[in-house]
Amino acid sequence: MSDDQGYQAVMARRAEIMRRSIGLDYDQYSTGVLAFDYERLFADVGYDLKAVRAVQDRTGVGNTPLVELENITALVRTVAQPGKGARIFVKDEAKNPSGSFKDRRASLSVHEAKKRGYAGVAAATSGNYGAAVASQAAKAGLRCIIVQEAFDSRGVAQPEIAEKTRACEAYGAEVIRLSVGPELFYYFLRVLEDTGYFNSSLYSPYSILGIETLGFELAQQIEELAERFPDAVVTTHAGGGNVTGTARGLLKAGATDTEMIAASVDLSGLHMASDHDFNRKSFTTGHTGFSMPFTTWPDRADVPRNAARALRYMDRFVTVTQGEVFYATQVLAELEGLERGPAGNTSLAAAFAIAQEFDEDCIVVVQETEYTGAGKHPLAQLNLAKQMGIKVMRGDPRENIPGRQIVVPEHVAQIRVSEVDLDWVRRSYLGNAIAALPEGARLGAFDVEFLAAETRTTTSYVEEVLDEMCRTGR
Amino acid sequence: MVRREKKGTWVEIHSIILPSGERAPQVPEDTRGVAFEMRVKGFLVEAATVGEEAEIATSAGRRLRGVLDAVNPAYTHSFGPPIPELSAIGGEVRAMLRDRGRFR
Repeated sequence: MSDDQGYQAVMARRAEIMRRSIGLDYDQYSTGVLAFDYERLFADVGYDLKAVRAVQDRTGVGNTPLVELENITALVRTVAQPGKGARIFVKDEAKNPSGSFKDRRASLSVHEAKKRGYAGVAAATSGNYGAAVASQAAKAGLRCIIVQEAFDSRGVAQPEIAEKTRACEAYGAEVIRLSVGPELFYYFLRVLEDTGYFNSSLYSPYSILGIETLGFELAQQIEELAERFPDAVVTTHAGGGNVTGTARGLLKAGATDTEMIAASVDLSGLHMASDHDFNRKSFTTGHTGFSMPFTTWPDRADVPRNAARALRYMDRFVTVTQGEVFYATQVLAELEGLERGPAGNTSLAAAFAIAQEFDEDCIVVVQETEYTGAGKHPLAQLNLAKQMGIKVMRGDPRENIPGRQIVVPEHVAQIRVSEVDLDWVRRSYLGNAIAALPEGARLGAFDVEFLAAETRTTTSYVEEVLDEMCRTGR
Repeated sequence: MVRREKKGTWVEIHSIILPSGERAPQVPEDTRGVAFEMRVKGFLVEAATVGEEAEIATSAGRRLRGVLDAVNPAYTHSFGPPIPELSAIGGEVRAMLRDRGRFR
């Protein structure tokens, strides 16, 4: 370990620190200047779905109930066109040991750290994932450090993250609480270097393989009760792991025709690294502040190659407003008796609108819930919002302005989804790919094929867009 | 008299990781203008006084140094008062379903 703990010095050692802390040599998967063998990265990890299931069974992870939201379906049908309004189901992931699907994501990672003899695990996360890693580490007898972005320069903690601090400490983890800024990654590298712990990254193949059981289970559960696969699965989308893992699980179950819909809370206008904006987001995850950058360039994570590559799997990408998610959260509690969320209910809010596009005999699955409690609750978020000078009102959710006013719908008919133009997302991805090219490097055939797979398009689409970018000087 | 906190007390320390002039180049202006700070909890390794340098042993067994900030710090996050903008929603949606015979 080097003595120089300065920002530049630590960042210069990042490749080596990451390699040692995850024990995977990502270089061996490179097949071009940008391309890498994505499927081999998973295959080499050496766990099939059954093996993942066995690991998760030992800690009570997964096998969560699938609940039909009959009252919400009925409510949606009151505003849908005649004959429209799919049956809505929810996968009650809050029933996992630490209260969210993140237990699936942490399980294999912690298991692998234990198997390989690491003394502990560390994770950079302000969300449910921290509690999940801490919970899994407790059971495995490993030490655990969670690094959070937790408070602003006035010392005001985001209440949802404060709850996660408490949960992680309850599981016996050391919690490093940091103020706002991307230097969290720098401090996380220092922790990894200091401890030699396993990097229980959100974005390793272990994390994504752990989520595949979610998609697989829900496909089987729907098949068992309706003798068919779901028509659509709506997934709350942030860093891309939820979409990627769930979609891969659905495909492994044979649900190849199920529409994969990613849904994020629209936080446009707020800067994710801004100290001023930090406590004005009212959401700590499931929002566009993560989903836009990660969908258009996944390799901005704490591992060299991100195993969460959502653009490969999504059929559709929609956004909903903050007020719509709070409304859906309230309805879920009062009509279905499920007090959950709030961030995980992003996909539920989207499902209110999406179900209306399908016939009544169709099935739409909202693929997660998360636990709720002090701080991690619409009341805590809206009280903080009011304290920060944000106006909270009933009205048309189209008038919701992130960081300025939160508009809770007056009627269920007002809930709509906004489409994110996937062609724009794909072009944006390709622009980022070109920007990531090393100086003077040229794309080979493998790279073009890789970019086609990444954007779920064809090599001719990729070539056409790249030509256009060159011609227009981008 | 200055109160000394006993060795072994559960506390929180605070430290500046990067002062405002040394933030990462990509951070926005408002963030650049403030320090990058850390807070972490652990057990005091030796008796110490609030506001002064102290060493803690964390739950992961690490030794970390910083300014002693709080003794047995409380978890203060809560729900707060009910939000009027949410309070009426349940009644509204139940009324919509009452007409369909689903709710009483």
